[in-house]
Amino acid sequence: MIDFPLISLLTFLPLAGAFVILALRGDEDALARRSRQVALFTSTVVFLLSLCLLSAFDGTSSAFQFVEKHVWFESLGLSYHMGVDGISLFFVVLSAFLTPICILASWKSVKKRVREYMVAFLVLECFMIGTFCALDAVLFYVFFEGVLIPMFLIIGIWGGARRVYSAFKFFLYTLLGSVLMLLALLALYINAGSTDITVLMNTEFARDLQIWLWLAFFASFAVKMPMWPVHTWLPDAHVEAPTAGSVILAGVLLKMGGYGFLRFSLPMFPLASDFFTPLVFGLSIVAIIYTSLVALVQEDMKKMIAYSSVAHMGFVTLGIFTATSQGLDGAMFQMISHGIISAALFLCVGVVYDRLHTREIGRYGGLVKNMPKYATLFMIFMLGSVGLPGTSGFVGEFLTLMGAFQASTWVALFATTGVVLGAAYMLVLYRRVIFGEPVHTDASAMPDVTGLEKFYLIPLALTVIALGVMPGLVMDRVSPSLEALRINYISAINAYEQTQEQMDLASGTQTISDTRSSGEPAP
Amino acid sequence: MELLAVFPPLLAFLLAFLLGRRLGDRFAQIVTCTGVVVAALASCALFIHVVFGNDMQGDPRTIVLMHWMTSGDFKVDWALKIDQLTVVMMCVVNIVSACVHIYSVGYMSHDESKERFMSYLSLFTFAMLMLVTSDNLVQLFFGWEGVGVASYLLIGFWNQKNSANSAAIKAFLVNRVGDFGLALGIFATFAVFGTVHMDTIFAMAPEKAALTYHFLGMDIHALTLICVLLFIGAMGKSAQLGLHTWLPDAMEGPTPVSALIHAATMVTAGVFLVARMSPVFEYAPTALMLVTLVGATTAFVAATIGMTQFDIKRVIAYSTMSQLGYMFFALGVSAYGAAIFHLMTHAFFKALLFLGAGSVIHALHHEQDMRNMGGVWKKIPATYVLMWIGSLALAGMPFFAGFYSKDIILESAFADHTWFGNYAFWMGIAAALMTAFYSARLLFMTFHGKPRMDHHTYDHAHESPPSMLSPLMILAVGALFAGFFGYESFVGSGAGASSHATQVVATENVVIEHDVEAPVVEESTHGHEWNRHAFWQDSLFVLPENDTLEGAHHVPLWVKLLPIIIGALGLLLGAVFYGWKTGLPQKVVSAFNPIHTLFYNKWFFDEAYHAAFVTNALRLGRAFWQGDKNIVDGLGPDGVANTSQRVAGVLSRFQSGYVFQYALIMILGLIALVTWMFFKMVTGQA
Repeated sequence: MIDFPLISLLTFLPLAGAFVILALRGDEDALARRSRQVALFTSTVVFLLSLCLLSAFDGTSSAFQFVEKHVWFESLGLSYHMGVDGISLFFVVLSAFLTPICILASWKSVKKRVREYMVAFLVLECFMIGTFCALDAVLFYVFFEGVLIPMFLIIGIWGGARRVYSAFKFFLYTLLGSVLMLLALLALYINAGSTDITVLMNTEFARDLQIWLWLAFFASFAVKMPMWPVHTWLPDAHVEAPTAGSVILAGVLLKMGGYGFLRFSLPMFPLASDFFTPLVFGLSIVAIIYTSLVALVQEDMKKMIAYSSVAHMGFVTLGIFTATSQGLDGAMFQMISHGIISAALFLCVGVVYDRLHTREIGRYGGLVKNMPKYATLFMIFMLGSVGLPGTSGFVGEFLTLMGAFQASTWVALFATTGVVLGAAYMLVLYRRVIFGEPVHTDASAMPDVTGLEKFYLIPLALTVIALGVMPGLVMDRVSPSLEALRINYISAINAYEQTQEQMDLASGTQTISDTRSSGEPAP
Repeated sequence: MELLAVFPPLLAFLLAFLLGRRLGDRFAQIVTCTGVVVAALASCALFIHVVFGNDMQGDPRTIVLMHWMTSGDFKVDWALKIDQLTVVMMCVVNIVSACVHIYSVGYMSHDESKERFMSYLSLFTFAMLMLVTSDNLVQLFFGWEGVGVASYLLIGFWNQKNSANSAAIKAFLVNRVGDFGLALGIFATFAVFGTVHMDTIFAMAPEKAALTYHFLGMDIHALTLICVLLFIGAMGKSAQLGLHTWLPDAMEGPTPVSALIHAATMVTAGVFLVARMSPVFEYAPTALMLVTLVGATTAFVAATIGMTQFDIKRVIAYSTMSQLGYMFFALGVSAYGAAIFHLMTHAFFKALLFLGAGSVIHALHHEQDMRNMGGVWKKIPATYVLMWIGSLALAGMPFFAGFYSKDIILESAFADHTWFGNYAFWMGIAAALMTAFYSARLLFMTFHGKPRMDHHTYDHAHESPPSMLSPLMILAVGALFAGFFGYESFVGSGAGASSHATQVVATENVVIEHDVEAPVVEESTHGHEWNRHAFWQDSLFVLPENDTLEGAHHVPLWVKLLPIIIGALGLLLGAVFYGWKTGLPQKVVSAFNPIHTLFYNKWFFDEAYHAAFVTNALRLGRAFWQGDKNIVDGLGPDGVANTSQRVAGVLSRFQSGYVFQYALIMILGLIALVTWMFFKMVTGQA
């Protein structure tokens, strides 16, 4: 089992599929059909392989598993180093789960340049899985930035009317982040002499250096997340992207920021992370409240869900930087859960968009009469997004807030208001689309979900409920890695404080230690 | 047995919801009714086991079903905690639910989506059972939100009606505001106790009694903090003043829903929560005072509104709110047994009233305005009699169920001998007068006088079918006898009550079984007295110095008599105003016009909230959105894209005075401030 390069197979099988599609020949119709088939087949196999990975993964360990290491550029100390731990495992599974669904969702709705579209998706899948498995910072950087290229194309070629503007905006934002991250990687290499993530994690950087490196990585991850105020690319990108593009964007790409925080910022720069925690808390709270309010007044379905994603990601950043067990577990779970729920919500929008070709909320209404099954499925995802206990949305949100409460009650107070606001915009959306009198005859005459749509929506709905009732399925495998991360983080900060104290004592000044007493009960 | 009392409704929901469309309405009706009736029977059997088992000592039990989640020290299981308090709730929930299920078969017979309705009712029942059986606060939260969703679905059941949809969303959101408090309460509980498991919390409560917790920059008594936060949750669910505005609107739902969810069960979840957490509340006297004050004020305010409404369902809704106020101030003065007692009797007579009102509405072709009723008592005599029973129980007339439970609450408030206890007592007396008054008003306006509807409706007015009347009769039996038979068990005096020991056999809703009687008599001869201590055992906790229930049995005679006299007076006044001198109400209204306007418009809560929250939330949302488009993008990508052209534009924007710019600058300032505070908090504390 150890020798079998499962991770590499997972990563590069989609790329192989893409080459097969490129090699296909024939007239346009046949080509389109065969491209779809190859893409579906490849991504399904990848999904099955990811399930093998899941079942073979040792959930009690926090170590990297299925590790592959080959020398790449010896002179530079670069290596091809891949592997997964609890933090990355479910992102791999999530990527592999959503890709075939995306291909199914585009089965009929994408009609032009089908071959290129399928190639773009398979390349995207390769880069996504690669990002989460890379254990070398340079390799990570290549995958992480590589993701942009197919995504940029998917929005720019198969997108809506303002697709060029959106794609450009998306690109500008992320470019800014990447340049800084590249500089930070150089600095890492110069200081540690290696770009291997496992080495970097065990390297102690000076506090001042940590702060600069943290900021550079933060620029990149915050854009990806996206955190307020660098979130404005997201609504535009979502609105113009084709359904499947939105699904991947919301489902996986947004999680790369959170993954980055867990993989780089916290383990490598604990002192800087601790220093910047208040900033992240502030931005997260603004993200939660501000974007929830903005979501409330949207008239475009996709824009509303896009803004809601920003708010939900606010919970993630909040949870991560509480550095408590509940906060970290909650953030991680929230990412997985949001990956499924937001993907499903965009698919639901896609279902009606395919029928009526508008995203304007006011053009719908009274759908429940003709589309009861659609209404039920949409309801489950809506309730998941609202964070109803019993759905996966609850677990992440609840644990995150529980962690936040221990870190700071003010933060918890503000963040919890997001629970009320989040319910408001989702319920209003649901009511305006699904309920009410059927005013628009064309909208209320639409047929219910087709067999194909059911085929990909029902598994998503079942996952939402299953993870809500048995979150242990994910949590038990994730917790050991996060716990190890937390313990290292805390001990790094404690060690620093002790040395500071000793220095202070030596110089005879008054000691001021960070007791974080706001979260602890005073005797 | 435990599983049989909880899970049949879930199964019925799934079957009816997934297969109902295919297998037909009849299938859905049968499967849901069967599910709930099975659960009701099982919970009655369970009641006998848990209360009388283990040689009359009680036999509470906890069953762990499966693991839910673990995160660090935070561990939660799916479990059923079944003790005396739980079985009482289970019996109430399942019995009323069974009645409502059967009633709905008749009431909804003309509706298009019967299967959806029945399945939602079962879903609600299941969620409510999960709420009352939880052994930890998170599962309680699951049930809490679950009943909220079921309520949302059922209020908006007629989803083509915009008013129904608005009411459904309002109910969900106002409840969410309460849940905000409840969630924070759970977080605080975990932060203080390190667990959310109830039994552990209860065991640790005394040792945490002196603890303070640093909350929002202040050091607050930890248990008070927890209790107040939990109580905010209870206020939302139980429609206490401030978070009550959703309940009257919830009457948009079909009448069986109002009876089950918005009268008998869901709205009492808050009362249950406080009673369940009594071992913590007992150490938080300030929180108890708050509970008393809010409850008493709610009882009073709701009654004033109830006197002026014309929609028959809204009158009963405000009466529900008022009665919930009674339960809360009973909790506030530590008379938990009395609160649960009233919860139980109220469930019967209020469900009876609602379903009776439904029967009237059904008979009059969906007319709900009492101004268009009148004179129909001969047409629907059975409903008429049943409504009288419900109303007399509500008004607290002697020997009806409400008499026992309301009296003991008022006596307990009096026996508390604190200023807020006295406040609650007098507010309760005033509310009792008004309750009796609007009960009489409802009866006389609906059934007596000249018919005020059109001829067609009057001629076609018809008595409801047996499927609707028989559940009413079961509830009427409860409304008649639950008080008398439950008195000793729920609130009986702990000292020298052995003469009543045998009454216990017929505890409220359990089918009287002879084999139960024997051990009771035997026990009483052994010297074990049957009273509230024997009944509740450890499921409710009262500190000795807070034992107002005992004091309630030793209050002066006038305190015992006053509620009866006041109630009779209210009924009499109502009869005079609406039965005899029918011109009188108009004169009174014009004489006290400002007060009437205040009452009739529900003290303007809705208007104030709308202006304060809804409008501003939308306004802020739009402002932020404009900010997104104009400032963030303007300074960011768009600006970078064509810098030279933009610079002047961006600068001029800052001077143009749009509201969104101020909003954005405000927010930026806020972030700077908050961030600075956090820095200070983290770095500045020694």
